[in-house]
Amino acid sequence: MNRAWLDIWVGLFVVAGIGALMFLALKVGSMNTVSSSESYEITANFDNIGGLKARAPVKSAGVVVGRVAAIGFDDKTFEARVTMSLDKRYAFPKDSSAAILTSGLLGEQYIGLEAGADEVKLSNGDQVKLTQSAVVLENLIGQFLYSKAEQPTSGLPSEGNLNEQAQ
Amino acid sequence: MTSLLQPLARLGRRTVEGVSRLGYAARFFLAILLRSGTAFGRFGLTIRELYFSGVLSLIIILVSGLFVGMVLGLQGYETLQTYGSEEVLGVLVALSLVRELGPVVAALLFASRAGSAITAEIGLMKATEQLAAMEMMAVDPIARVVAPRFWAGVISMPLLAGLFSAMGIFGGYLVGVVLIGVDEGSFWSQMQANVDFEEDILNGFIKSLVFGVAVTAIALFEGYDAPPTAEGVSGATTRTVVTSSLAILALDFVLTAFMFRGVS
Amino acid sequence: MDNLVELENVSFGYGTRPVLRGINLTARRGQVIAIMGNSGCGKTTLLRLIGGQIKPTGGVVRVAGQDVGGMDTEALYQLRRKMGMLFQFGALFTDMSVFNNIAFQLREHTRLPEDAIRDMVLMKLHAVGLRGAADLMPSELSGGMARRVALARAIALDPTLVMYDEPFAGLDPISLGVTGNLIRRLTDTLGLTSIVVTHDVQESLKIVDYVYFVSDGVIEAEGTPEDIRASGLPFVHQFVHGEPDGPVPFHYPASAYAQDLGLAG
Repeated sequence: MNRAWLDIWVGLFVVAGIGALMFLALKVGSMNTVSSSESYEITANFDNIGGLKARAPVKSAGVVVGRVAAIGFDDKTFEARVTMSLDKRYAFPKDSSAAILTSGLLGEQYIGLEAGADEVKLSNGDQVKLTQSAVVLENLIGQFLYSKAEQPTSGLPSEGNLNEQAQ
Repeated sequence: MTSLLQPLARLGRRTVEGVSRLGYAARFFLAILLRSGTAFGRFGLTIRELYFSGVLSLIIILVSGLFVGMVLGLQGYETLQTYGSEEVLGVLVALSLVRELGPVVAALLFASRAGSAITAEIGLMKATEQLAAMEMMAVDPIARVVAPRFWAGVISMPLLAGLFSAMGIFGGYLVGVVLIGVDEGSFWSQMQANVDFEEDILNGFIKSLVFGVAVTAIALFEGYDAPPTAEGVSGATTRTVVTSSLAILALDFVLTAFMFRGVS
Repeated sequence: MDNLVELENVSFGYGTRPVLRGINLTARRGQVIAIMGNSGCGKTTLLRLIGGQIKPTGGVVRVAGQDVGGMDTEALYQLRRKMGMLFQFGALFTDMSVFNNIAFQLREHTRLPEDAIRDMVLMKLHAVGLRGAADLMPSELSGGMARRVALARAIALDPTLVMYDEPFAGLDPISLGVTGNLIRRLTDTLGLTSIVVTHDVQESLKIVDYVYFVSDGVIEAEGTPEDIRASGLPFVHQFVHGEPDGPVPFHYPASAYAQDLGLAG
């Protein structure tokens, strides 16, 4: 095995290996995660975050615009405080609403941002005031049964899931 | 009374011997790291070892990867079908490979093929006094013989793991999409959406690096420390494969616990 | 300094097990000296002490006036460039050709250009009569040829001291003659000092200037080949004449024969 052949084979091996790793990185994995240098942070409080996890996507109109950076507990209001990292390219009005939605029927939970109409935009450190908590199956069933007991003639649960959060 | 103490004494002696051997192994590892200048200064030496460890392991890695991926495709489809979730087959195959099977199985295969070859080679060089001859010629055998093989192993391992995973995904694709008929679009798009670069691929890469260090270091040490006889060398090669395999699986647990505890 | 190698009251042991005790040995420049004795008496250990591979537990080992035991790695490596060692069975690097084996030290320790190296390698090979075998691999060589290549390798850097570990072991009569002849000729023409560890009495007594007899870790006898041949010491006599029984007993220690066979009364 002389040097020339050796070098050729090793070179091919290294190229193939790096190629495989690149393939994995680009085609298989999602390399479009938002890096912290081009993002800004906003927070939102929820009654119940359900199964939301850190690094869950934040989507608007179905497009990933950011990630959940951290989940904490606010012990003054006894609510969940979610910190989101949003891509700097996208600015949302101050009166946007955040809801915890589920992708598919049994899929992962993510935050859906729906833009409001305010001219002033959310900036780093701001809080989203309008939030909708995760749908907890037990509560839904309880609500349904309760409303059934209340209004025996109509089968619809009472309206109004949107909680307007006070300051 | 003495017959009771004898097995205890033996156990004590074996433990002390084991601990001192571990200490010797640690010093050996440190020596490799400190004397790695030649391995990089005369990179041709390392390239030569890259050929013997990496390129010659390609066949077994690629073929095994393909088969593992195909089995994942089959088994995965069986199970997912009962929940009507066949379209996440791509995710199942990709995550299983990239996070676990790629690094671990590739490392196990590397240990049995390249690791045992390294141990046998070094052990034989020791038994035929080639290492002693080198020392008497004022050439440090650790710098010239051991260190290049170490770095060749460390460089090869992630590349081989990556090739394993890539072939596996291709195998899963072959079985899932081409053979069984899962939708090609959702196969790849679900995979892209659910496999994260930092979490999964990078962690898998780090795992394979750690495994590479462990396997190559163990193989080199067993060869260097082997009794200079035929039985000594053959015993050392067996020990390399066994110890490397155990080390890989143990490290896998430690690394997985460390990396993935955040995601739950 | 006429003595190239001096061992002054040297002792060596592994833990509690003594291997060598109170060894006094000198080798003058230009001499071929032989160290003889039974297997396992510590002959190879002596070579390793001189080469600095192990340090004595007592006494001083001096090469060219310098204390080998007290040297650091750098100084030791410097010293070893002036030493050559012929290992038992050759210890050639199996992954390189004969040519590259001999060129190894030249490439590692000198910055000579390739054509100069080529000339030097061919000269060394010519000295041992194997210039035509330059491109063979060690696995293609016979035992005798491998030994000669190893000898060429040992003198590659023109050392002042060459040590031979059992150079005659396992050779056919012709190769024996060739090897002995080479050792003597090279020592004389290159002005080396040669230390030969062997238990081949006939061959070595023909070529050496002085003999040391080691038994049980001490020097039992020493002298010129004539002294040794004429020696009345029982151990030396048994060794030189190959007698099956004498100070080194024929029977491995065991209980009484009659008792073993169950005939004891």
